[in-house]
Amino acid sequence: MSAATFRSRMHAQATRLSALADTASLRQRLHLRFVRWALRVRAPEPAPIILGQRRVYTVPTRGGFAYATAMLVILLGAMNYNLNLGYALVFLLAGMGVATILHTFRNLVQLSLRPGRAEPVFVGEIAHFEVVIGNERNELRPNLRMWLFGSDDSDAVEIDAPPGASATAGLLMPTTQRGWLRLPPVTIETTWPLGLVRAWSYAAPDICCLVYPAPAEHAPPLPYGGETAQGATRDGSGRDDFSGLRDHQLADPPRHVAWKAVARQDDGPLLTKLFTGASAQRIWLDWDSLPMGIDTEQCLSILARWMLNAEAAGLSWGVRLPSFRLDPDMGKAQLAAGLRALALFGNSDEMNSNGTR
Amino acid sequence: MARDKRPVSQRQTWWLLAAALSAFLPLASLLSPWLAVSATAVMLLRGWMTWRQWRLPPKFILVLLTIAATAGVVVEYRTMFGRLPGVALLSAFLALKLLELRGARDAMAVVLLCYFLVLTQFMFTQSIATALMACATVLITTATLAAAADDRPAPAFLLRRAGVLLVQGLPFMLLLFVLFPRVQGPLWGLPQDRTSAVSGLSDNMSPGSIAQLSQSDTIAFRVQFEGKPPPQHTLYWRGPVMPSFDGRSWRVTRFSAVRTVPPFKVSGAKQDYEVTLEPLGKSWVFALDFPDKLPPESAYSEDLQLLSRQPIRARMRYSMSAFPETSVGAGDTPSLIAEALELPRGGNPRTREVAAKWREKYGDNTEAIVAEAENFFLRQLLSYTLNPPLLSEDVIDGFLFDTKRGFCEHFASAFAFALRAAGVPTRIVAGYQGGEINPVDGLLVVRQYDAHAWTEVWLKGRGWVRFDPTAISAPQRIADNFAATAPENDSLPFLARADMAWLRDIRNQMEAATNVWNQWVLGYTPQRQREFLQGLGFKTPDWQEMTAALAALCGLVLLLLTGWILYSRKKLDPAIRQWHKFTARLAKRGVQWHTWEDPLVFAERAASALPAHAENIRGIAHDYANLRYAAPPKNSTADTPLTKLRARIAAFRP
Repeated sequence: MSAATFRSRMHAQATRLSALADTASLRQRLHLRFVRWALRVRAPEPAPIILGQRRVYTVPTRGGFAYATAMLVILLGAMNYNLNLGYALVFLLAGMGVATILHTFRNLVQLSLRPGRAEPVFVGEIAHFEVVIGNERNELRPNLRMWLFGSDDSDAVEIDAPPGASATAGLLMPTTQRGWLRLPPVTIETTWPLGLVRAWSYAAPDICCLVYPAPAEHAPPLPYGGETAQGATRDGSGRDDFSGLRDHQLADPPRHVAWKAVARQDDGPLLTKLFTGASAQRIWLDWDSLPMGIDTEQCLSILARWMLNAEAAGLSWGVRLPSFRLDPDMGKAQLAAGLRALALFGNSDEMNSNGTR
Repeated sequence: MARDKRPVSQRQTWWLLAAALSAFLPLASLLSPWLAVSATAVMLLRGWMTWRQWRLPPKFILVLLTIAATAGVVVEYRTMFGRLPGVALLSAFLALKLLELRGARDAMAVVLLCYFLVLTQFMFTQSIATALMACATVLITTATLAAAADDRPAPAFLLRRAGVLLVQGLPFMLLLFVLFPRVQGPLWGLPQDRTSAVSGLSDNMSPGSIAQLSQSDTIAFRVQFEGKPPPQHTLYWRGPVMPSFDGRSWRVTRFSAVRTVPPFKVSGAKQDYEVTLEPLGKSWVFALDFPDKLPPESAYSEDLQLLSRQPIRARMRYSMSAFPETSVGAGDTPSLIAEALELPRGGNPRTREVAAKWREKYGDNTEAIVAEAENFFLRQLLSYTLNPPLLSEDVIDGFLFDTKRGFCEHFASAFAFALRAAGVPTRIVAGYQGGEINPVDGLLVVRQYDAHAWTEVWLKGRGWVRFDPTAISAPQRIADNFAATAPENDSLPFLARADMAWLRDIRNQMEAATNVWNQWVLGYTPQRQREFLQGLGFKTPDWQEMTAALAALCGLVLLLLTGWILYSRKKLDPAIRQWHKFTARLAKRGVQWHTWEDPLVFAERAASALPAHAENIRGIAHDYANLRYAAPPKNSTADTPLTKLRARIAAFRP
């Protein structure tokens, strides 16, 4: 990605964080400052993110403090009654407490985080970010918990990193806006093995999820009319020239299966109908053909709905936006390209970048 | 789910129940039966509820139960404070807390209660067995803590994890145990129920009171002699001195320790020894005759009883020297002498008659009278037995003339009575005689069944001289030890019997271990700590120095542990390691291998770059590829290809 792109993303990130800071309480603000300081590197970080020992923090949990208090009480009891075995007990438990700090720390340190996939979603759906947690050590690292900054730890994802392998954590985030949605910094923590100590670290893996505009619920019907003017051919709907049958192949569209032929024979193979000529109908989804008086976002929603409907109807469709043109075609790739154009509409900077790498 | 609000799973409940039971059961026998039974019942009920997955009782029922349990404890023990009521309350709370497992916090509370109950066990006993039991409890409780954090692993796995953690805590435990500045408790007042009745010598002696002790093989004290232990028959461990006789019982009359310096001059040979006295709950400090210096916190009474200032409630160690040839009491006050002559008005006419004859015959020659008395005892053919017949009136006459069977208190009592009747000042001394060397650690072990009574006779110019009338009739009792000489058919403590040789061996081993335990684990007092640290080279082991040393050493251990924990070696396949060696050598010659590159393709590339070694390079790559990717050979020479590869790469010098 270009330096300009990176800068603009950083800017977006900063605005998001500062927006958070504006509305947050003092405690959250302090926490935010700490996270910024603790992250040290500038978010987002290049992959792989190694959780080195300088960025893993360790503090007793509430249970750990209770444990320490209990140790103190036992020590006083041992002193008062001159119980040497009492001393031994409390020293053993204290020693174990110290050992557990190291174990907890070790459970987190030297983990590597890599950005995983984030499938595009429509606004209003839940974005699903995958972070790949790599464990190079030949030991299981159990009870890792991960959550997004800004949510609290009750939304945490729990995972174990298997020995010498990696595990994938799926982080969920609601979407409210079309465009690129960047994964906010994440907290990753563990209290293994005894829950007395909490080790945690912050990381900002570089994952973006493309958010398409939400398809409009009440959209005008598909614009079948204007396309001939653009010189596209149209053979009339439903008048495909049937030219024969051949064995069905997996890639054939299901609607071309000769169901009647299949029904006639008991146990025969699926057959696919073959057509001659440009059989599929082609339409143009044109920005200019949208009704007047609605704002850009609504336009994009209607276009998204049209794309979905056209795809579902098996049409070959193309899109014309003020600064973008997609030639008619059909299929998943076509749909993805179209929706992506809608998602990034008006954001020329990001229009060209490919988002997640 | 947030960490603290997680509900307690069924598995975790089982763990918590196991921990609670392991912490509670060792204490159950101490509690009053109804408390023990109801606490166990609640735990079993909880187990049933878990099994059937019942809902937990509502809060108000728990509150009612808690109030009821507290009231029950108060009614039972009349107080809420003290050891037993405390344990009872904690056990009740533990059982009830199991009915209130709603979240991680409750689980934590149960675990901490269990740890605390382990401590309360130690208030009652700190034996090796208790320690082992406590280890098991701590292990289970720690595994429960691990299960509360993550309940998925199998129980054996969790126990092992807990074990590993505890073992890693051990170095810290040792350091802290040795170096943590000890404070002599109590920090605040101990509740009154700390004492418990211990059998042992008391301040009076009536027929049968020492014979009763002969049934007990409880250890009274252990002695470590400097050099060779002196012969058995010289080992008289002096305890209570009883000058007053009422016709049946002898009594101690002087309880106040008045002399912190021995009121006599020692002479003759010296024997050094160190005694570890068990807490018998009495004040007598047992010692051989006669010491030149008294142990700290103790003093002599007027009649030379060595008394500790406080009743001895904790194991006590003291070093002493004995000078057996010392003579004492030649210049005693007339009141002491007079007391040693008092007799009840009537009773025992036959003995009095015999004694009067001695007096008539020898007049003031007390030594001759004593010799005559010894002769008389010999002629009477008295026999030594653990089960003497019961005597009612005139016990001395009955023993000397009728039954003629008695235990040491009969002998001593009769001898003293007879001499007093003949006008010779005499008193009874009780204590222990002999003991048994444990061959394992060479310590002399003195048990309750070594309790003994003898007499001291005041001879003009010589002072108090020990005479042991038991030795007249049963010389082996004194020459050997009690266990070896007790009559066959008498009832003896099971383990004192000579024919149980193998059992005695086991016992010796166990007692030697117990002694080490007592000395170094239980006996590691502030004083012992100071001595030990001085021995290690600390000049003035005060708390600052100890803390500094502690901090330094703990830091060191922490560092070592951290290093061990953070050091993670990557385990490479040996073939890959060889391959890396090979590619490193080629890299020096400018042929770089890329991790994504097929070994055979790389070999071709390297071969064309270094045609001189082409054959070798191809061969090695081929071997390596076979080793890594081909199916292993059927015959069992599995590691020969690897050895071959290793040799080939070692010899490869591009």
